[in-house]
Amino acid sequence: MSIILLVEQMLNGLQFGVMLFLMAAGLTLIFGVMGLINLAHGSLYMIGAFAAAATAAATGSFVLALMASLVAAAAAGALVELTVIRRLYDRDHLDQVLATFALILIFSEGTRWIFGSFPLFLEVPDYLSGSVTLPGGIEYPRYRLAIIMIGLAIAAGLFALIAKTRLGIQIRAGESDREMIGALGVNIARLYTLVFALGAALAGFAGALIGAIQSVQVGMGEPVLILAFVVIVIGGIGSIKGALVGAILVGLTDTLGGFLLPHLFATFMDASAAMSVGSALAAMSIYILMAGVLLVRPTGLFGGK
Amino acid sequence: MKFRTFATAIGIGVTALAAQAEDVKVGMITTLSGGGAGLGIDVRDGFMLAVKQAARDDIEVVIEDDQRKPDVAVQLADKMIQSEKVDVLTGIIWSNLAMAVIPASVAQGKFYLSPNAGPSLLAGKGCDPNYFNVAWQNDNLHEAAGAYANSADLTNSFILAPNYPAGQDALTGYKRLYEGELAGEIYTKLGQTDYASEIAQIRASGADSVYFFLPGGMGISFLKQYADSGLDIPVVGPAFSFDQGILQAVGEAALGVRNTSQWNKDLDNAANRAFVASFREEYDRLPSLYASQGFDTANLLMSAMDKADVSDTEAFRAALKEADFDSVRGDFEFGPNHHPVQDIYVREVIKEGDVYTNKIIGAALEDHADAYADQCSM
Repeated sequence: MSIILLVEQMLNGLQFGVMLFLMAAGLTLIFGVMGLINLAHGSLYMIGAFAAAATAAATGSFVLALMASLVAAAAAGALVELTVIRRLYDRDHLDQVLATFALILIFSEGTRWIFGSFPLFLEVPDYLSGSVTLPGGIEYPRYRLAIIMIGLAIAAGLFALIAKTRLGIQIRAGESDREMIGALGVNIARLYTLVFALGAALAGFAGALIGAIQSVQVGMGEPVLILAFVVIVIGGIGSIKGALVGAILVGLTDTLGGFLLPHLFATFMDASAAMSVGSALAAMSIYILMAGVLLVRPTGLFGGK
Repeated sequence: MKFRTFATAIGIGVTALAAQAEDVKVGMITTLSGGGAGLGIDVRDGFMLAVKQAARDDIEVVIEDDQRKPDVAVQLADKMIQSEKVDVLTGIIWSNLAMAVIPASVAQGKFYLSPNAGPSLLAGKGCDPNYFNVAWQNDNLHEAAGAYANSADLTNSFILAPNYPAGQDALTGYKRLYEGELAGEIYTKLGQTDYASEIAQIRASGADSVYFFLPGGMGISFLKQYADSGLDIPVVGPAFSFDQGILQAVGEAALGVRNTSQWNKDLDNAANRAFVASFREEYDRLPSLYASQGFDTANLLMSAMDKADVSDTEAFRAALKEADFDSVRGDFEFGPNHHPVQDIYVREVIKEGDVYTNKIIGAALEDHADAYADQCSM
């Protein structure tokens, strides 16, 4: 095992974390501001990827495809908020879980109905394909590097939005006291729709970015959704900063765990046993991380109260 | 008392009627929704095409969706056996569902014809006279890949598969005939979609080839990321990751990749030419491996129906065993454990016009039987 390989794996972990952040940011905003558990967040990720694949197939432009993913996911998010989610704010979490789980099924089978059962094709554009050589002789795919930079830029933009703009003030106020900002004359219904659409757009954008290097297929969102929940629990529910730190922690733990643990076990076991024990333990590593964090800080790293 | 006699009489009458008609009722449990639906749909379409072409009125097919969930598949099998009273079951794609359904079904005296899954247990110790596999034993295509690696002078393979029974069977199958060294062996998470970490390890390992078994979306992700990584050592895989259904989603990243399969659309025999043409006509797409397996399954069943009555279990079983039908694979026969003995080919991914597809470049193994046949006693 060389230093170059280790650094490359850390970059992979960072890229995975940044992607998780895009999912988790929307999830944590929606939970923080509206108190809503949205299981259908993974479907919005899928919608983004399908919209991007369809647009790329029609126009051949990756930039247009990314824009289409933002628009389609935001529109789907706003539509769902107006028709279904709006009725759920006053219900308890179990009702929300039930209704948003139903949304997953509707979105999945609806997508299958429109696009068919076979995975769609979405390709990394030529100008981002191939790999670059980083200082130190590390060869790293250009597209993954771009994902890291885009993700960090979005994180910065989101922090600026929350900290500096009027919308950000309303979001923060909504997190601490919903009734009060309604009483102060903020159109709370519009704010909710806006936050939901913003969260949806981020998820859809993540879906499109990832769709280019993975497969665009029905059900692609659910595994990511589970990880996004782990991220927001670790980071503290409702906290954007927590989502960023949690996402990068989970990304690094998952990638480095899967890589290092088998090597670690191989120092005192035979290779194939070390491989199977190591990979089994690696699959658990992020949940062990979550349990550890909750043991020390029951509300998550940046959770309030 | 009188009433009961009357009811029994009706019961006997109905049974007698059913026996007279000699109809065969087939229960097809397959995956038609969710992420793995493409495979089930292909099996179903292949099967129904054969039934339609035979234009016979003594076969009835009940189709249900197992959603790729073992518990759902078990419920459907119970329903089909108890209330639908099917004679033959078929359709299951996934090995874990097959293990949940097949042993219980054949124990109740039903026939099961597998159009896809071939777990090793059902080929060896758990084999059953009423269970026939029309596709392959799970290890077969991987064994062929190992044999191909020897003939292509690949001596330092890096191998990877998901950490679940079929994944372990796959790597075991590859290693069974492969004679070279292993540069590395990785079990990934089932359902994993990001392979950056594995690709980095392949790069660092100094391997001369990569063998992977990553069915469905996992394989699409791996190939796209591999193509983008700048690595250029050859990749070999089983047909599952290079099938007609998913090749279009992989795109250029798959071009030129060698993969092993017991069937391809350019296999030169009359049955296959007719199958490919009629499938395209009927469904407006190219048939896949799975469609060919569904098609063969239906034709095997109907060949047995021509020779024996399904209620005569012994005779019907013997008729199935003869495998007297024109397989789209050319030669086809059953080994002693009711699994295929067949040729397995090496294919290469090519582009025909706008469509990515495969062409056969040679045979990997001839008249290949599975490694578990001698553990089967029946």
